[in-house]
Amino acid sequence: MAMLEVNDIHTYYGNIQALNGVSLKVEQGEIVTLIGANGAGKTTTLRTISGLLKPRQGQIVLEGNDITETPAHDIVYKRIAMVPEGRGVFARLTVAENLDLGAYSRSDRKNLAGDLERVFSLFPRLQERQKQYAGTLSGGEQQMLAMGRAIMSNPRLLLLDEPSMGLAPVLVDLIFDIIQQINKEGVTILLVEQNALMALSIANRGYVLQSGEILLSDTAESLKNNEMVQKAYLGIE
Amino acid sequence: MKKYLKPINLMELLRPLGQLIVFSLGSAAVLSIIVLALAIVLNNTAAGDKIFAQLKVSLFAYTVANLPQVLVDGLTLGFVYAAIALGYTMVYGVLEFINFAHSEIFAIGAFVGVEILIALQNAGLIGSGSSLFMDYVFLILAMLAGMAVAGGAAIAMERIAYRPLRNAPRLVPLISAIGVSFFLQDAIRLTESLTTGQFNRIFPTFGNFDKRITFGKIPMGAAELPFSVPIKSFIVIIAAVLMLVVLNYLVNATKVGKAIRAVAQDRATASLMGIDVNHIIAITFLIGGALGGAAGLLYALKFTRIDPYVGFYPGLKAFTAAVLGGIGNLTGALLGGIILGLLETFAGSYLSIFTMGAAGVEYKDIFAFAILILVLIFRPNGLLGENVTEKV
Repeated sequence: MAMLEVNDIHTYYGNIQALNGVSLKVEQGEIVTLIGANGAGKTTTLRTISGLLKPRQGQIVLEGNDITETPAHDIVYKRIAMVPEGRGVFARLTVAENLDLGAYSRSDRKNLAGDLERVFSLFPRLQERQKQYAGTLSGGEQQMLAMGRAIMSNPRLLLLDEPSMGLAPVLVDLIFDIIQQINKEGVTILLVEQNALMALSIANRGYVLQSGEILLSDTAESLKNNEMVQKAYLGIE
Repeated sequence: MKKYLKPINLMELLRPLGQLIVFSLGSAAVLSIIVLALAIVLNNTAAGDKIFAQLKVSLFAYTVANLPQVLVDGLTLGFVYAAIALGYTMVYGVLEFINFAHSEIFAIGAFVGVEILIALQNAGLIGSGSSLFMDYVFLILAMLAGMAVAGGAAIAMERIAYRPLRNAPRLVPLISAIGVSFFLQDAIRLTESLTTGQFNRIFPTFGNFDKRITFGKIPMGAAELPFSVPIKSFIVIIAAVLMLVVLNYLVNATKVGKAIRAVAQDRATASLMGIDVNHIIAITFLIGGALGGAAGLLYALKFTRIDPYVGFYPGLKAFTAAVLGGIGNLTGALLGGIILGLLETFAGSYLSIFTMGAAGVEYKDIFAFAILILVLIFRPNGLLGENVTEKV
């Protein structure tokens, strides 16, 4: 049984259809990436999985349980965490408070200290800036904070929406290294990226999304070598 | 790493107390200096001559002698405004919407408390012959009842009149709030008329609340002016300070408070953290409503007479206080309330003297609303408006 199964979801913003029957699967322990152009529906897919948007049609199944109707604030209790597009850090809260909110859903308070240490070992910068307001951090630090906050909820499935957006190349490398590291520690990852080359280089499998539909799905390796993908998303003529 | 086994965070209890003291002393000092400077300037003018003819003291001596009384009265009123302003500012913080029906929540708290006290008086439990201890117990119980009903009303109001409009354009819930405000005024009036046959109610006379504690006499020329403070002013100040400290602790040092602040900043992301946004918004209305209800009873205690429209002016002034301090900012609401209460009392006490009776107490409201206009024009963020820059 797949860890996460998305079956033919149709999601609308008002009357505007954003997803036109998206289906995908994520297996335990994988890194799966969703690539596509602006407006293809990548973010909408993640927001639908995380419960922020309700699909008009279709199901989202987590380990055999239908979570289509589960509201966003209950999703994290199913141990799915999302790092939203644009990071979504609470700018007027301190770094420490942001991390603490990541653990809002946790009832095993005694394990939190260990998880906090884990976050600080992944992102030493956050430890230095604990008392600073999140709004004063640089873009890269905010991305680290958003990821650290998601880790604090102790997720099994992590949804990442454009973690490389607006970051300097050296930071993108760092963030992608950490994504791999988190994955090695047993967290399954669904990664949405515009930086398709980067995403395909760390993913096991990938889906190509276009106009709210899945155009292609394959292993990351074959997608990288696919002529159409190379032309449209990797900038290789 | 004892970080997560939180003991009482003493800092968060002391910080608001410090702020209250600093704000009170600061505003009091600034206003006193202005008034004293004005008194010196006016001392040798017709205004000074008039006072001298009446009371045989210089205008300056008169001003100085009255100052302690004015400051205490101003702070009492300021703390009441601050407690109401917190309700506006909390709801604004999470929903970015001005709950204009908050002044009626205040009135509900006042009416519930006063009706309970009147019933107790009729039952002979308070009033002549009752023990002072029981008087205080009943006062506190009446206040708690007023807070509970006001908080409940605020939750119901949110559920019925605001939640269905949450995704509507910003003007729509505002209009709904004005509708709720009118509805509640008339609902109070109807209920009171049907059950008691009248809708002006008087806070019963009991306990020692009206007794004045005399701190001494202040020389004023040849005469002496007694400086005394009624016990009820102390009750108002102590109750308001307690509420402000507890609220501050709740918002800044508890899990619920952190959730409230998260919802205030970004509802969608807050829900991703596992925070039930609707639940937190309801809690915000509950807290704001309970504070407003308590302020209502304190107001009734101080000013004695209430009617269904009693919330209108205090509500509008508390709203001004919230805007003055920086709407959405709890510390700002305290500061705004204290400034406004002091300013209004200063104006009420000195305006008529300084203008030789041309403008009297009845013009004191001009100051509150002139401030509202000036703040909106020159510093819309308020005195303590947000300065944290957000990077996107």
